[in-house]
Amino acid sequence: MKNKYSIFSLIKNAFSQHENWKQAWGDPEPKREYEAIIIGGGGHGLATAYYLAKKHNMRNIAVLEKGWIGGGNTGRNTTIIRSNYLWDASAGLYDHALKIWENLSQELNYNIMFSQRGVMNLAHNLQDVRDLKRRTHANRLNGIDAVWLNTDQVKEFCPIINTSPDIRYPVLGGTLQRRAGTARHDAVAWGYARGADEMGVDIIQNCEVKGIKRNGDKVEGVETSKGFIKTKKIGVVAAGHSSVIANMAGLKLPLESKPLQALVSEPVKPIIDTVVMSNAVHAYVSQSDKGELVIGAGTDAYVSYTQRGSHDVVEGTLKAILELYPIFSRMKMLRQWGGIVDICPDASPIISKTNIKGLYFNCGWGTGGFKATPGSGDLFAHTIANDEPHKLNAAFNLNRFVSGDLVDEHGAAAVAH
Amino acid sequence: MFLINCPYCGERDQSEFSCGGEAHIVRPKQPTELSDDQWAEYLFMRKNIKGVQFERWNHAHGCRKWFNMVRDTSNDKIHAVYKMGEKPPVE
Repeated sequence: MKNKYSIFSLIKNAFSQHENWKQAWGDPEPKREYEAIIIGGGGHGLATAYYLAKKHNMRNIAVLEKGWIGGGNTGRNTTIIRSNYLWDASAGLYDHALKIWENLSQELNYNIMFSQRGVMNLAHNLQDVRDLKRRTHANRLNGIDAVWLNTDQVKEFCPIINTSPDIRYPVLGGTLQRRAGTARHDAVAWGYARGADEMGVDIIQNCEVKGIKRNGDKVEGVETSKGFIKTKKIGVVAAGHSSVIANMAGLKLPLESKPLQALVSEPVKPIIDTVVMSNAVHAYVSQSDKGELVIGAGTDAYVSYTQRGSHDVVEGTLKAILELYPIFSRMKMLRQWGGIVDICPDASPIISKTNIKGLYFNCGWGTGGFKATPGSGDLFAHTIANDEPHKLNAAFNLNRFVSGDLVDEHGAAAVAH
Repeated sequence: MFLINCPYCGERDQSEFSCGGEAHIVRPKQPTELSDDQWAEYLFMRKNIKGVQFERWNHAHGCRKWFNMVRDTSNDKIHAVYKMGEKPPVE
Protein backbone atom coordinates (compact mmCIF):
# COMPACT_ATOMS: atom_id res chain seq x y z
CA MET A 1 0.00 0.00 0.00
CA LYS A 2 1.57 3.24 -1.09
CA ASN A 3 0.31 5.26 1.82
CA LYS A 4 -0.51 2.86 4.64
CA TYR A 5 -2.08 4.40 7.71
CA SER A 6 -0.58 3.16 10.98
CA ILE A 7 0.75 4.39 14.29
CA PHE A 8 4.16 4.76 12.64
CA SER A 9 2.91 6.86 9.74
CA LEU A 10 1.04 8.99 12.29
CA ILE A 11 4.24 9.59 14.30
CA LYS A 12 6.30 10.19 11.17
CA ASN A 13 3.84 12.76 9.86
CA ALA A 14 3.66 14.47 13.24
CA PHE A 15 7.28 15.58 12.70
CA SER A 16 6.22 17.46 9.57
CA GLN A 17 3.18 19.03 11.25
CA HIS A 18 0.88 16.66 9.30
CA GLU A 19 1.45 18.70 6.17
CA ASN A 20 2.84 15.92 3.99
CA TRP A 21 -0.02 13.41 4.01
CA LYS A 22 -0.67 12.22 0.47
CA GLN A 23 -4.06 12.84 -1.06
CA ALA A 24 -6.26 9.81 -0.39
CA TRP A 25 -7.68 9.67 -3.92
CA GLY A 26 -7.04 11.50 -7.16
CA ASP A 27 -9.08 13.87 -9.27
CA PRO A 28 -8.64 12.50 -12.82
CA GLU A 29 -10.21 13.65 -16.05
CA PRO A 30 -12.28 10.90 -17.69
CA LYS A 31 -10.60 8.68 -20.28
CA ARG A 32 -12.31 8.09 -23.61
CA GLU A 33 -13.17 4.50 -22.82
CA TYR A 34 -13.53 2.22 -19.79
CA GLU A 35 -14.13 -1.47 -19.30
CA ALA A 36 -17.00 -0.59 -16.97
CA ILE A 37 -18.59 2.57 -15.62
CA ILE A 38 -20.33 2.90 -12.28
CA ILE A 39 -22.87 5.72 -12.12
CA GLY A 40 -23.10 7.06 -8.58
CA GLY A 41 -20.26 7.74 -6.15
CA GLY A 42 -21.97 6.85 -2.92
CA GLY A 43 -20.99 4.01 -0.61
CA HIS A 44 -22.62 1.32 -2.77
CA GLY A 45 -21.09 2.64 -6.01
CA LEU A 46 -17.60 3.03 -4.57
CA ALA A 47 -17.81 -0.41 -2.94
CA THR A 48 -18.87 -1.88 -6.30
CA ALA A 49 -15.83 -0.32 -7.98
CA TYR A 50 -13.58 -1.48 -5.15
CA TYR A 51 -14.69 -5.12 -5.42
CA LEU A 52 -14.66 -5.06 -9.24
CA ALA A 53 -10.99 -4.08 -9.04
CA LYS A 54 -10.08 -6.26 -6.10
CA LYS A 55 -11.96 -9.51 -6.73
CA HIS A 56 -12.58 -9.43 -10.47
CA ASN A 57 -9.41 -7.70 -11.58
CA MET A 58 -11.23 -5.01 -13.57
CA ARG A 59 -8.90 -2.04 -13.14
CA ASN A 60 -9.88 0.10 -16.13
CA ILE A 61 -13.11 1.36 -14.59
CA ALA A 62 -14.56 4.70 -13.50
CA VAL A 63 -17.03 5.93 -10.93
CA LEU A 64 -19.03 8.94 -12.14
CA GLU A 65 -20.50 11.18 -9.46
CA LYS A 66 -22.56 14.27 -10.26
CA GLY A 67 -21.75 15.97 -6.95
CA TRP A 68 -19.07 14.90 -4.51
CA ILE A 69 -18.52 11.34 -3.27
CA GLY A 70 -20.63 10.39 -0.30
CA GLY A 71 -22.66 13.59 -0.61
CA GLY A 72 -25.97 11.86 -1.25
CA ASN A 73 -27.69 9.29 0.91
CA THR A 74 -24.33 7.91 2.13
CA GLY A 75 -23.83 11.13 4.10
CA ARG A 76 -27.50 11.51 5.02
CA ASN A 77 -28.48 8.25 6.69
CA THR A 78 -28.57 7.37 10.38
CA THR A 79 -25.64 4.89 10.04
CA ILE A 80 -27.47 1.87 11.47
CA ILE A 81 -26.21 -1.60 10.57
CA ARG A 82 -28.16 -4.81 11.29
CA SER A 83 -29.16 -8.02 9.57
CA ASN A 84 -32.26 -9.16 11.47
CA TYR A 85 -34.51 -9.54 8.42
CA LEU A 86 -37.35 -12.04 8.27
CA TRP A 87 -37.04 -13.79 4.92
CA ASP A 88 -34.19 -16.15 4.03
CA ALA A 89 -33.15 -14.18 0.95
CA SER A 90 -32.89 -10.92 2.92
CA ALA A 91 -31.17 -12.58 5.87
CA GLY A 92 -28.54 -13.96 3.49
CA LEU A 93 -28.04 -10.60 1.81
CA TYR A 94 -27.81 -8.42 4.91
CA ASP A 95 -25.78 -10.86 7.00
CA HIS A 96 -23.29 -11.17 4.15
CA ALA A 97 -22.83 -7.41 4.49
CA LEU A 98 -22.59 -7.56 8.28
CA LYS A 99 -19.82 -10.15 8.06
CA ILE A 100 -17.83 -7.84 5.76
CA TRP A 101 -18.46 -4.87 8.08
CA GLU A 102 -16.86 -6.79 10.95
CA ASN A 103 -13.45 -6.74 9.27
CA LEU A 104 -13.81 -3.72 6.99
CA SER A 105 -11.59 -1.23 8.85
CA GLN A 106 -8.69 -3.71 8.66
CA GLU A 107 -9.39 -4.59 5.03
CA LEU A 108 -9.52 -0.95 3.92
CA ASN A 109 -6.78 0.23 6.31
CA TYR A 110 -9.24 2.98 7.14
CA ASN A 111 -11.07 3.42 10.42
CA ILE A 112 -14.75 3.29 9.59
CA MET A 113 -15.57 3.42 13.31
CA PHE A 114 -17.69 0.27 13.19
CA SER A 115 -19.30 -0.15 16.58
CA GLN A 116 -21.28 -3.29 17.44
CA ARG A 117 -23.34 -1.61 20.11
CA GLY A 118 -26.46 -3.67 19.41
CA VAL A 119 -29.78 -2.75 17.85
CA MET A 120 -32.95 -3.18 19.87
CA ASN A 121 -36.41 -3.23 18.23
CA LEU A 122 -39.36 -2.50 20.51
CA ALA A 123 -42.80 -4.10 20.52
CA HIS A 124 -45.75 -1.93 21.53
CA ASN A 125 -48.77 -4.18 21.01
CA LEU A 126 -49.56 -7.89 20.97
CA GLN A 127 -49.21 -8.20 17.21
CA ASP A 128 -45.76 -6.56 17.44
CA VAL A 129 -44.83 -9.14 20.08
CA ARG A 130 -45.95 -12.04 17.87
CA ASP A 131 -44.22 -10.60 14.77
CA LEU A 132 -40.96 -9.82 16.53
CA LYS A 133 -40.83 -13.23 18.24
CA ARG A 134 -41.45 -14.89 14.89
CA ARG A 135 -38.65 -12.84 13.36
CA THR A 136 -36.31 -13.77 16.22
CA HIS A 137 -36.91 -17.46 15.50
CA ALA A 138 -36.47 -16.95 11.75
CA ASN A 139 -33.19 -15.08 12.37
CA ARG A 140 -31.81 -17.83 14.57
CA LEU A 141 -32.68 -20.49 11.99
CA ASN A 142 -30.62 -18.44 9.54
CA GLY A 143 -27.68 -18.23 11.92
CA ILE A 144 -28.27 -14.58 12.81
CA ASP A 145 -27.99 -13.66 16.46
CA ALA A 146 -31.26 -12.44 17.90
CA VAL A 147 -32.85 -12.59 21.32
CA TRP A 148 -36.25 -11.66 22.69
CA LEU A 149 -36.24 -9.32 25.70
CA ASN A 150 -39.19 -8.83 28.05
CA THR A 151 -40.07 -5.36 29.34
CA ASP A 152 -37.75 -5.60 32.36
CA GLN A 153 -34.85 -6.76 30.21
CA VAL A 154 -35.49 -3.85 27.81
CA LYS A 155 -35.33 -1.46 30.76
CA GLU A 156 -32.14 -3.10 31.99
CA PHE A 157 -30.51 -2.88 28.57
CA CYS A 158 -31.51 0.75 28.00
CA PRO A 159 -32.50 2.34 31.33
CA ILE A 160 -33.73 5.67 29.92
CA ILE A 161 -36.69 4.09 28.11
CA ASN A 162 -40.04 4.80 29.70
CA THR A 163 -41.49 1.33 30.31
CA SER A 164 -44.50 2.51 32.27
CA PRO A 165 -47.68 0.61 31.28
CA ASP A 166 -49.53 3.93 31.28
CA ILE A 167 -48.03 5.44 28.13
CA ARG A 168 -49.99 5.48 24.87
CA TYR A 169 -47.91 2.69 23.30
CA PRO A 170 -46.38 0.78 26.23
CA VAL A 171 -43.21 -1.24 25.74
CA LEU A 172 -44.19 -4.92 25.80
CA GLY A 173 -40.73 -6.22 25.01
CA GLY A 174 -38.22 -6.11 22.22
CA THR A 175 -35.64 -7.96 20.18
CA LEU A 176 -31.91 -7.44 20.36
CA GLN A 177 -29.23 -8.15 17.78
CA ARG A 178 -25.92 -7.67 19.57
CA ARG A 179 -23.76 -7.89 16.44
CA ALA A 180 -25.63 -4.95 14.96
CA GLY A 181 -24.55 -1.35 15.48
CA THR A 182 -23.33 1.71 13.63
CA ALA A 183 -20.42 2.92 11.50
CA ARG A 184 -19.18 6.33 10.41
CA HIS A 185 -20.94 6.81 7.07
CA ASP A 186 -18.51 9.32 5.49
CA ALA A 187 -15.55 7.13 6.40
CA VAL A 188 -17.13 4.22 4.55
CA ALA A 189 -17.29 6.24 1.33
CA TRP A 190 -13.79 7.65 1.85
CA GLY A 191 -12.29 4.28 2.74
CA TYR A 192 -13.72 2.60 -0.35
CA ALA A 193 -12.72 5.57 -2.54
CA ARG A 194 -9.13 5.40 -1.27
CA GLY A 195 -9.00 1.64 -1.75
CA ALA A 196 -10.49 1.78 -5.26
CA ASP A 197 -8.27 4.69 -6.31
CA GLU A 198 -5.20 2.79 -5.21
CA MET A 199 -6.08 -0.08 -7.52
CA GLY A 200 -6.40 2.32 -10.46
CA VAL A 201 -10.12 3.13 -10.45
CA ASP A 202 -10.88 6.65 -11.73
CA ILE A 203 -13.19 8.50 -9.34
CA ILE A 204 -14.62 11.38 -11.32
CA GLN A 205 -16.60 13.92 -9.32
CA ASN A 206 -18.74 16.77 -10.64
CA CYS A 207 -19.53 14.62 -13.65
CA GLU A 208 -23.25 14.29 -14.31
CA VAL A 209 -24.61 11.59 -16.58
CA LYS A 210 -26.87 13.15 -19.22
CA GLY A 211 -27.70 10.15 -21.34
CA ILE A 212 -27.12 6.46 -21.98
CA LYS A 213 -26.13 5.55 -25.53
CA ARG A 214 -27.69 2.34 -26.75
CA ASN A 215 -27.16 0.36 -29.90
CA GLY A 216 -30.18 -1.88 -30.16
CA ASP A 217 -30.27 -4.02 -27.04
CA LYS A 218 -26.80 -3.21 -25.76
CA VAL A 219 -25.11 -0.18 -24.24
CA GLU A 220 -22.29 1.75 -25.94
CA GLY A 221 -21.46 4.47 -23.47
CA VAL A 222 -22.63 7.41 -21.41
CA GLU A 223 -23.13 11.04 -22.30
CA THR A 224 -21.84 13.17 -19.43
CA SER A 225 -21.22 16.79 -18.51
CA LYS A 226 -17.54 16.03 -19.26
CA GLY A 227 -18.23 14.53 -22.69
CA PHE A 228 -19.02 11.11 -24.10
CA ILE A 229 -17.38 8.07 -22.47
CA LYS A 230 -17.40 4.72 -24.24
CA THR A 231 -18.03 1.52 -22.31
CA LYS A 232 -19.66 -1.89 -22.66
CA LYS A 233 -20.82 -2.23 -19.06
CA ILE A 234 -22.72 0.30 -16.96
CA GLY A 235 -23.61 -0.27 -13.33
CA VAL A 236 -26.19 2.20 -12.07
CA VAL A 237 -26.09 2.86 -8.33
CA ALA A 238 -27.95 6.16 -8.26
CA ALA A 239 -30.36 5.59 -5.31
CA GLY A 240 -33.21 8.12 -5.52
CA HIS A 241 -32.25 9.05 -9.07
CA SER A 242 -32.27 5.47 -10.43
CA SER A 243 -35.51 6.06 -12.34
CA VAL A 244 -34.02 9.19 -13.92
CA ILE A 245 -31.08 7.16 -15.29
CA ALA A 246 -33.42 4.30 -16.28
CA ASN A 247 -35.57 6.72 -18.29
CA MET A 248 -32.43 7.79 -20.20
CA ALA A 249 -32.02 4.18 -21.30
CA GLY A 250 -35.71 3.81 -22.11
CA LEU A 251 -36.44 1.61 -19.11
CA LYS A 252 -39.08 1.86 -16.42
CA LEU A 253 -38.39 0.64 -12.90
CA PRO A 254 -40.80 -0.34 -10.12
CA LEU A 255 -39.58 2.54 -7.93
CA GLU A 256 -40.95 5.63 -6.26
CA SER A 257 -38.53 8.28 -4.96
CA LYS A 258 -39.45 9.95 -1.71
CA PRO A 259 -37.74 12.22 0.81
CA LEU A 260 -36.62 10.51 4.01
CA GLN A 261 -35.63 12.71 6.92
CA ALA A 262 -33.23 12.51 9.79
CA LEU A 263 -32.15 14.97 12.44
CA VAL A 264 -29.54 15.40 15.13
CA SER A 265 -29.69 17.12 18.50
CA GLU A 266 -27.18 19.28 20.28
CA PRO A 267 -24.29 17.15 21.61
CA VAL A 268 -24.63 15.81 25.14
CA LYS A 269 -22.71 13.42 27.39
CA PRO A 270 -23.14 9.67 26.74
CA ILE A 271 -26.73 8.72 27.55
CA ILE A 272 -27.69 5.96 25.09
CA ASP A 273 -25.06 3.35 24.22
CA THR A 274 -27.10 1.32 21.75
CA VAL A 275 -29.54 1.82 18.87
CA VAL A 276 -33.23 1.64 19.73
CA MET A 277 -35.80 1.34 16.97
CA SER A 278 -39.52 1.27 17.24
CA ASN A 279 -41.66 0.11 14.38
CA ALA A 280 -45.14 0.94 15.63
CA VAL A 281 -44.46 4.54 16.62
CA HIS A 282 -41.74 5.08 14.02
CA ALA A 283 -38.96 6.44 16.14
CA TYR A 284 -35.38 5.39 16.25
CA VAL A 285 -32.48 6.89 18.06
CA SER A 286 -28.79 6.38 18.72
CA GLN A 287 -25.97 8.64 19.87
CA SER A 288 -23.02 9.64 17.72
CA ASP A 289 -19.46 9.73 19.02
CA LYS A 290 -19.74 13.53 19.07
CA GLY A 291 -22.65 13.17 21.51
CA GLU A 292 -25.50 14.14 19.22
CA LEU A 293 -28.67 12.09 19.29
CA VAL A 294 -29.17 10.76 15.77
CA ILE A 295 -32.87 10.42 15.05
CA GLY A 296 -34.48 8.88 12.00
CA ALA A 297 -37.92 10.04 10.88
CA GLY A 298 -40.21 8.68 8.19
CA THR A 299 -40.70 9.29 4.49
CA ASP A 300 -43.10 11.74 2.94
CA ALA A 301 -45.90 9.81 1.29
CA TYR A 302 -45.47 11.34 -2.18
CA VAL A 303 -42.84 11.38 -4.90
CA SER A 304 -40.39 14.24 -4.51
CA TYR A 305 -36.76 14.90 -5.39
CA THR A 306 -36.39 17.98 -3.20
CA GLN A 307 -34.02 16.55 -0.54
CA ARG A 308 -36.09 18.10 2.20
CA GLY A 309 -39.04 16.68 4.06
CA SER A 310 -42.28 17.78 5.63
CA HIS A 311 -42.40 19.25 9.08
CA ASP A 312 -45.31 17.06 10.21
CA VAL A 313 -43.19 13.92 9.67
CA VAL A 314 -40.50 15.24 12.02
CA GLU A 315 -43.17 16.29 14.51
CA GLY A 316 -44.66 12.77 14.56
CA THR A 317 -41.27 11.19 15.18
CA LEU A 318 -40.36 13.60 17.96
CA LYS A 319 -43.69 13.02 19.70
CA ALA A 320 -42.90 9.30 19.81
CA ILE A 321 -39.32 9.93 20.97
CA LEU A 322 -40.54 12.14 23.81
CA GLU A 323 -43.06 9.60 25.05
CA LEU A 324 -40.44 6.82 25.02
CA TYR A 325 -37.63 8.99 26.44
CA PRO A 326 -39.10 11.75 28.64
CA ILE A 327 -35.49 12.60 29.61
CA PHE A 328 -35.04 14.22 26.15
CA SER A 329 -37.90 16.68 26.60
CA ARG A 330 -35.65 19.73 26.75
CA MET A 331 -33.12 18.66 24.11
CA LYS A 332 -32.67 21.07 21.24
CA MET A 333 -32.43 19.79 17.70
CA LEU A 334 -29.50 21.18 15.75
CA ARG A 335 -29.90 20.05 12.17
CA GLN A 336 -32.52 18.35 10.01
CA TRP A 337 -32.13 17.12 6.43
CA GLY A 338 -33.64 14.86 3.80
CA GLY A 339 -32.35 12.34 1.32
CA ILE A 340 -34.20 10.88 -1.66
CA VAL A 341 -34.83 7.17 -1.25
CA ASP A 342 -35.94 4.81 -4.02
CA ILE A 343 -38.64 2.53 -2.67
CA CYS A 344 -39.59 -0.80 -4.23
CA PRO A 345 -43.14 -2.16 -3.93
CA ASP A 346 -41.83 -5.05 -1.78
CA ALA A 347 -39.33 -2.91 0.19
CA SER A 348 -36.45 -5.07 -1.00
CA PRO A 349 -33.60 -3.96 -3.25
CA ILE A 350 -32.90 -4.74 -6.90
CA ILE A 351 -29.37 -5.98 -7.73
CA SER A 352 -29.89 -7.14 -11.23
CA LYS A 353 -29.18 -7.38 -14.93
CA THR A 354 -31.70 -5.78 -17.24
CA ASN A 355 -32.94 -6.80 -20.69
CA ILE A 356 -30.43 -4.30 -22.12
CA LYS A 357 -27.06 -6.01 -22.45
CA GLY A 358 -24.38 -4.38 -20.32
CA LEU A 359 -26.80 -2.35 -18.21
CA TYR A 360 -27.05 -3.31 -14.54
CA PHE A 361 -29.04 -1.76 -11.72
CA ASN A 362 -28.39 -1.72 -8.00
CA CYS A 363 -31.32 0.23 -6.56
CA GLY A 364 -34.51 0.08 -4.56
CA TRP A 365 -32.73 0.09 -1.19
CA GLY A 366 -35.39 2.45 0.03
CA THR A 367 -35.04 3.56 3.61
CA GLY A 368 -32.33 1.10 4.63
CA GLY A 369 -29.44 0.83 2.22
CA PHE A 370 -26.49 1.96 4.31
CA LYS A 371 -26.31 -1.27 6.34
CA ALA A 372 -25.85 -3.27 3.16
CA THR A 373 -23.10 -1.13 1.60
CA PRO A 374 -20.21 -3.66 1.57
CA GLY A 375 -22.38 -6.65 0.68
CA SER A 376 -24.24 -4.73 -1.97
CA GLY A 377 -20.98 -3.62 -3.60
CA ASP A 378 -19.53 -7.12 -3.45
CA LEU A 379 -22.60 -8.80 -4.99
CA PHE A 380 -23.17 -6.10 -7.60
CA ALA A 381 -19.52 -6.35 -8.66
CA HIS A 382 -20.00 -10.11 -9.03
CA THR A 383 -23.15 -9.54 -11.11
CA ILE A 384 -21.42 -7.04 -13.43
CA ALA A 385 -18.20 -9.03 -13.82
CA ASN A 386 -19.87 -12.39 -14.53
CA ASP A 387 -23.01 -11.07 -16.21
CA GLU A 388 -25.01 -13.20 -13.80
CA PRO A 389 -26.03 -12.81 -10.18
CA HIS A 390 -24.30 -14.32 -7.16
CA LYS A 391 -26.55 -16.82 -5.37
CA LEU A 392 -27.05 -14.30 -2.55
CA ASN A 393 -28.59 -11.69 -4.85
CA ALA A 394 -30.34 -14.02 -7.30
CA ALA A 395 -33.68 -13.41 -5.57
CA PHE A 396 -33.26 -9.65 -5.92
CA ASN A 397 -33.66 -9.58 -9.68
CA LEU A 398 -35.80 -7.19 -11.68
CA ASN A 399 -37.85 -10.05 -13.10
CA ARG A 400 -39.46 -10.75 -9.72
CA PHE A 401 -42.03 -8.08 -10.47
CA VAL A 402 -43.11 -10.11 -13.51
CA SER A 403 -42.89 -13.56 -11.94
CA GLY A 404 -44.50 -12.43 -8.69
CA ASP A 405 -41.72 -13.98 -6.60
CA LEU A 406 -41.41 -10.89 -4.37
CA VAL A 407 -39.25 -10.60 -1.24
CA ASP A 408 -41.89 -8.90 0.84
CA GLU A 409 -40.07 -7.18 3.69
CA HIS A 410 -42.72 -4.50 4.26
CA GLY A 411 -43.21 -4.43 7.99
CA ALA A 412 -41.37 -7.73 8.31
CA ALA A 413 -37.93 -6.20 8.54
CA ALA A 414 -38.37 -4.77 12.01
CA VAL A 415 -39.00 -1.21 10.91
CA ALA A 416 -41.91 0.53 9.26
CA HIS A 417 -41.19 1.58 5.71
CA MET B 1 -44.62 20.30 2.64
CA PHE B 2 -46.87 22.57 0.64
CA LEU B 3 -50.42 23.86 0.26
CA ILE B 4 -52.86 22.09 -2.02
CA ASN B 5 -55.84 23.79 -3.61
CA CYS B 6 -58.51 21.10 -3.25
CA PRO B 7 -61.02 21.56 -6.11
CA TYR B 8 -63.86 21.08 -3.60
CA CYS B 9 -62.60 22.75 -0.39
CA GLY B 10 -59.97 25.29 -1.44
CA GLU B 11 -56.46 25.72 -0.15
CA ARG B 12 -55.43 23.36 2.66
CA ASP B 13 -52.25 22.02 4.21
CA GLN B 14 -50.70 19.05 2.40
CA SER B 15 -50.79 17.00 5.61
CA GLU B 16 -54.61 16.79 5.17
CA PHE B 17 -54.13 14.91 1.90
CA SER B 18 -52.82 11.53 0.90
CA CYS B 19 -51.10 10.87 -2.39
CA GLY B 20 -52.38 8.06 -4.59
CA GLY B 21 -49.38 7.98 -6.90
CA GLU B 22 -49.09 8.34 -10.67
CA ALA B 23 -52.34 9.33 -12.42
CA HIS B 24 -53.92 8.06 -15.63
CA ILE B 25 -52.80 4.46 -15.26
CA VAL B 26 -55.80 2.76 -16.83
CA ARG B 27 -57.11 -0.38 -15.17
CA PRO B 28 -56.99 -3.26 -17.67
CA LYS B 29 -60.36 -3.76 -19.34
CA GLN B 30 -59.90 -7.51 -19.63
CA PRO B 31 -57.67 -8.68 -16.77
CA THR B 32 -57.93 -12.33 -17.83
CA GLU B 33 -56.23 -11.51 -21.14
CA LEU B 34 -53.13 -9.90 -19.59
CA SER B 35 -49.67 -11.44 -19.81
CA ASP B 36 -47.33 -11.42 -16.79
CA ASP B 37 -45.34 -8.59 -18.37
CA GLN B 38 -48.47 -6.50 -18.78
CA TRP B 39 -49.49 -7.16 -15.18
CA ALA B 40 -46.03 -6.10 -13.97
CA GLU B 41 -46.30 -2.92 -16.03
CA TYR B 42 -49.74 -2.10 -14.63
CA LEU B 43 -49.05 -3.01 -11.01
CA PHE B 44 -45.45 -2.02 -10.39
CA MET B 45 -43.68 -0.02 -13.10
CA ARG B 46 -43.78 3.73 -12.53
CA LYS B 47 -42.44 6.74 -14.42
CA ASN B 48 -41.22 8.27 -11.12
CA ILE B 49 -40.43 11.49 -12.96
CA LYS B 50 -38.05 14.17 -11.70
CA GLY B 51 -39.96 17.13 -13.05
CA VAL B 52 -43.60 17.64 -14.00
CA GLN B 53 -45.68 14.65 -12.98
CA PHE B 54 -49.43 13.87 -13.09
CA GLU B 55 -50.66 12.28 -9.89
CA ARG B 56 -53.77 11.38 -7.89
CA TRP B 57 -54.49 12.89 -4.50
CA ASN B 58 -57.22 12.33 -1.92
CA HIS B 59 -58.39 14.94 0.57
CA ALA B 60 -58.30 12.29 3.31
CA HIS B 61 -58.87 14.63 6.26
CA GLY B 62 -61.38 16.83 4.45
CA CYS B 63 -63.98 16.12 1.80
CA ARG B 64 -62.38 12.68 1.13
CA LYS B 65 -62.75 13.20 -2.61
CA TRP B 66 -60.13 12.13 -5.16
CA PHE B 67 -58.71 14.53 -7.73
CA ASN B 68 -55.71 14.91 -10.03
CA MET B 69 -52.77 17.23 -9.72
CA VAL B 70 -49.85 18.34 -11.87
CA ARG B 71 -46.78 18.87 -9.69
CA ASP B 72 -43.10 19.43 -10.33
CA THR B 73 -41.38 16.80 -8.17
CA SER B 74 -38.05 18.61 -8.37
CA ASN B 75 -39.35 21.62 -6.42
CA ASP B 76 -42.85 20.61 -5.22
CA LYS B 77 -44.52 23.44 -7.20
CA ILE B 78 -48.10 22.66 -8.16
CA HIS B 79 -49.01 23.63 -11.74
CA ALA B 80 -52.62 22.52 -11.92
CA VAL B 81 -55.40 20.76 -10.03
CA TYR B 82 -58.29 19.12 -11.87
CA LYS B 83 -61.17 16.82 -11.03
CA MET B 84 -61.36 13.13 -11.78
CA GLY B 85 -62.70 12.53 -15.27
CA GLU B 86 -61.54 15.92 -16.52
CA LYS B 87 -58.96 16.10 -19.26
CA PRO B 88 -55.41 16.71 -18.02
CA PRO B 89 -54.11 20.17 -18.92
CA VAL B 90 -51.49 20.20 -21.66
CA GLU B 91 -48.22 21.59 -20.40
